[in-house]
Formats: sequence, structure tokens, C-alpha cells
Amino acid sequence: METALAILFGLFLVVAIYLIMSRALIRVLLGLVILGNAINVLIFTAGRLTRAAPPLIGPDQHAPVGAYANPLPQALILTAIVIGFAMFAFLIVLALRTYQAVDADNTDNLRLTEPDGEPNPPLDY
Amino acid sequence: MISYATPLPDWLIVLPVVLGLLGAALLLALRSFVRIQAWISGATVLVILVSDGLLLQRVSSDGPLAMTMGRWLPPFGITFAADVLGAAFAFLSALVTLVVVAYLHAHTPESVRRDGLYALILLLLAGVSGGFLTGDLFNLYVWFEVTLIATFGLMVIAGNPIQLDGAIKYALLNFVATSLFLAALGLLYGLVGTLNMADLIGRQWNADPGTLATIAALFMLALGIKAAAFPVNAWLPASYHAMPPGLSALMAGLLTKLALYALFRTLLFVLPASLVWLQPVILVVAIATMILGPLGAIAETNIRRAFGFMLIGGVGVALSGLALPSPESVSGSILYVGHSMLTVAALYLLGGLAEPADGRADTKGLQGAVAAALLLVILSVAGVPPFLGFWPKLLLLQGILGDAALLHGAPLNVPALSLAAGILLNAFLTLFAGSRLWIRLAWKPQIFASDLQLAPLAASLALATIVTIAGLLPELPISFAQAAAAGLLDPSGYQAAVGITP
Repeated sequence: METALAILFGLFLVVAIYLIMSRALIRVLLGLVILGNAINVLIFTAGRLTRAAPPLIGPDQHAPVGAYANPLPQALILTAIVIGFAMFAFLIVLALRTYQAVDADNTDNLRLTEPDGEPNPPLDY
Repeated sequence: MISYATPLPDWLIVLPVVLGLLGAALLLALRSFVRIQAWISGATVLVILVSDGLLLQRVSSDGPLAMTMGRWLPPFGITFAADVLGAAFAFLSALVTLVVVAYLHAHTPESVRRDGLYALILLLLAGVSGGFLTGDLFNLYVWFEVTLIATFGLMVIAGNPIQLDGAIKYALLNFVATSLFLAALGLLYGLVGTLNMADLIGRQWNADPGTLATIAALFMLALGIKAAAFPVNAWLPASYHAMPPGLSALMAGLLTKLALYALFRTLLFVLPASLVWLQPVILVVAIATMILGPLGAIAETNIRRAFGFMLIGGVGVALSGLALPSPESVSGSILYVGHSMLTVAALYLLGGLAEPADGRADTKGLQGAVAAALLLVILSVAGVPPFLGFWPKLLLLQGILGDAALLHGAPLNVPALSLAAGILLNAFLTLFAGSRLWIRLAWKPQIFASDLQLAPLAASLALATIVTIAGLLPELPISFAQAAAAGLLDPSGYQAAVGITP
């Protein structure tokens, strides 16, 4: 099962990198979402997959008894999902505002911060 | 194993973060009272600065301090742990933030102040302080994301098209970097089974060294993007200059420094065995960064973009302590990062005085005390003795060249010599770029900025004064840097404070 998920992670990563290298902003954003999900799968797989009992502690125990599913990767992924969702929400609004303000979905046209054809620096000291 | 509740004085360690978050929430609640926002945020940052100072004083006299949240005993709970390195950087970041808050008071349009400027600044400071004080790698990732979302807000707060453009470049590349950092964390957890820094130090020796080195390389790539090391530095000069000058100074002073801190923490402190594998790469990256940064500054016409390239050159110098670690070179790197927080912020603040507050591009000249202060800061950044930037470079050269190997006829040590040559060349090129910028700003102009307001003027001059005095009296900063380096190279005190038996 770990092998299958590791291959899935690789596929996600390939798709994400392909999309992130695109010139269209919206494709880059989709690539980032897939990258985030790829990493969630990675953490989940790295925490080992166990088809055992949930990590619940009985009323008069201090630790789960026997084999149990690892709760830590789930906590990590939950945090990462929440953060990734907030980031993506911001980024998609940012891309929309940029499209409205600069009329550019193509990153080749985003040259405001480093304009083409600027004067050369002075040659004298 | 810790089995008692954290005593009340030890809560000092979470105070900077808690105060920053509470202050940000308070400012959001009071967002319609624009006039008092600056005062509340200034007071909050001042209290954070004082608590960072107390923390620094405490850890430098009594050794590292740690606190684990909840009843989850280490290594399971989220740990906050401060040593001299983290506390000193947290103190410096609060100092820079205080100066920037004072500077922004009169140097930003009111529309920007109304949209939660100060709340975002406090959130940024809370995130940066959390990053410096945390003892857990996953928690470090969370603080990275907190600083990231705060800086996203600060980037676009003025809302001009140029800021949106800069924010796109900044946001996409930094988001990729933190995602890679998270991937490295996941792999490290899968390999070692813990993310508590103090616990990782001991447990990594059971892991396969090759796999561990791969993970360390992923850490280096992710944090290298965030630190703007060559060849993944292109986002920095494309975004920092788009913001109002005070915010450029804040981000230049805090963000790349947090990434450099995290590089030292992960590679040198947590994964020293893997650092050996990465040293040749770091050496090449450091030399390329420290030379190409100031060369980029020489080729620039925009002042603040040129400052951005000078900042990148400094990142290369800071990395050299990782390339050839020794007690002297690591303390030199740490001192360089600390000095760079103050000097680069001062550079942006003073340079920003030449620009009108509304962000128009017509730069005017600087004269009088401002021009003199800018010259002092440029000399500091370049590392001209006896100014502040000279001392870290001296420590680095001492550490890298060791006992003057050339004089004693020892075999030629090519890495050390090329790194030393790179540091000297960086100093020369930075001095060249900086002095030429200064001539453009202070000698050549016909029209001088005349309507300077008191708050930005006083704030930037105060920071320049601190930089100059610290350079003339370097014993205290050097002693802190040496204590911080000792703590990085020998983690046993840190582990004991967290409650992990080494």
C-alpha cells in the first residue's frame, strides 16, 4: 500500500511541477494545489499505513493498547490542509486582482517591477 | 523527562509570540480608530522588545530555556526552546520592527494605515519570533506560513499594480519553498519518527545517512529559496522594492534572516552529519551569491532594487559559516546575520527618505545628517573597519583560514582560500556599489528631499546610530555571537533544557 501511495505522490509531483512551470497564472495556482496535496499524501505515507485500531485511549488507560493508527501524520496533514487552503484562497484573489489591474494572466506580461528597456546604469563613477 | 508544570517565569519564552498575536487581534478590533493604531502597535512591540531582552539576558546567564505545551511531555508536545541564538535574533527583529513602526507613522498614506497595516506588522513579528523560539520543526513550518501570510498582506496593502506584480512573484516562489520545506519534514518524520529538534539530534544516528543527506538537501533547497541564495534568488529584487520603503525595510530585515536562522538550525544544529555531504554545494552557492549579489547592485538603476542585490550578497557571506564550520566562522556568520538585520533595514529606511511617501518614482537627493548616516550604513554593510560589518567578516576569515595556513607552509586549502577571497571580493564590490549609489543620492542631485517628517527621520537616524555605535563597541555583539555559536555546535545544554537526555 505504501508503494502505491508513493507512486501516486510521484505522479502528483510531476503534474504539479508541469503546471507550476506554465506561463498562465491560473495553471500555476492549480499546480500549487496539487503540490500541496502531493505533500499531504507524502506525510501520510511517511507516517506508515496501518489498518489497525483508531488511536483511542480507553477510560482507565494512559496509552492506546496494541497496534493503532499513527495519529501524528493526520494532525500534521490537518494543519497543512488548513494553511494551504488559506494560502490558496489568498493567491487566487491575488491572481484575480492582478488580472484586473494589469490585464495579465500571462506571466511574461508581468514586467512592472522589472520593466524592459530600463536605462543602463551610469558608466562613470 | 519533565513531569512538572512550567514555572511562571519560564512563560517568558512564549510572551513575544502571544503578545504579537494578541496585539494584532486588538488592532483588528480597533481598526476604525486609525489614529491610535500606531501607538498601540508601538507599545506592543516595545513590550515584546523588553520581554525578548529579558529572555536574552536569562538564556545568556542560565543557559537554554524550554517550555512544552500542554501535558504532552517532550518529545511529543510542541516545544518552545530559546538559546542565545534564537533569543538574540528575536530581540533584533523586535528592535527593527519598533523602528519601522515609528518610521511608518508619518511615511505611509492613510489608506494604507487604515487597512490593517499595523495588525499585519504585529502578526509578522509574532511569526518571526515564533520561528526563532520554537524547538519543533513542524512548528517552524507553521511560523513560516504565519510570516508568509502576513507578508502577503503587507505586500499588496497599498494595492498598486506594481505591488500586485511583486506580490505574485514573491508569493508563488515562497509558497513553493515552504511546500518543499513541508515535504522535507514529512520525509524526516518518516525516517526518524520525530520532529522535535532536541530529540532529532540524538535519534538521527540510527537513520540511513544517505537518505538523511537527501532530506538535508531538500531543507537546503527550500530554505535557500527563502533566504534568496543564488541561483534561487530572483524573487527578491523583483518584489521588495515594490512596497512602501518602511515595509521593504521590515521584510528585508526579518525574512531572509529567519530563513538563514532556520538553515543554521536544521543543517548545523539538528543534522550535522548530513551537513558534511552538503558542504561542497554550500561553498559554491555561498561564493556565487556573495559575488553575484553586489555585481547585480552595480548593474541597477533603481535604488531599492540595488539594495536588494546588496542584501543577497550578504546572504552569501552568512552562508560561508555553514560551508566551512568552525567556532569562529559560525560565530562570524551569526554576527553577520544579526548585523544584517539592522544594517539592511537602515539602508532601506534611509534610502526610502529619498522617495515620496506615496510611492511615486521620482527620487530626490539626500543631504545633511541623512546623507552622512547613509554613508555610515553603507560602510557598515560593506564591512569597512571599524564599522559593524567588519567584525563578522573578520571572524569569518579567522575561522576559515585558521592559523594562517599560508604562512606556515601548510598544503594549499583551495575551498578555504576561495571562500576567503569571495568574502573579500564581496566587501570590495559592495563598497563599490554602495558608494556609487551614495554619490548618486547625495552628491549629484540638484533637487533635495526637503519635506522630511520628524518620525521617519528620527527612526532611521536612530537605527543608523545604533549600527554605528555597535560597530565601534563590538565586544558585546561578538560575545553574544560566540555564545550563540557555542550553543549551535554543542546542543547538549539545549537537549537538557527540553528534557531529552543526550
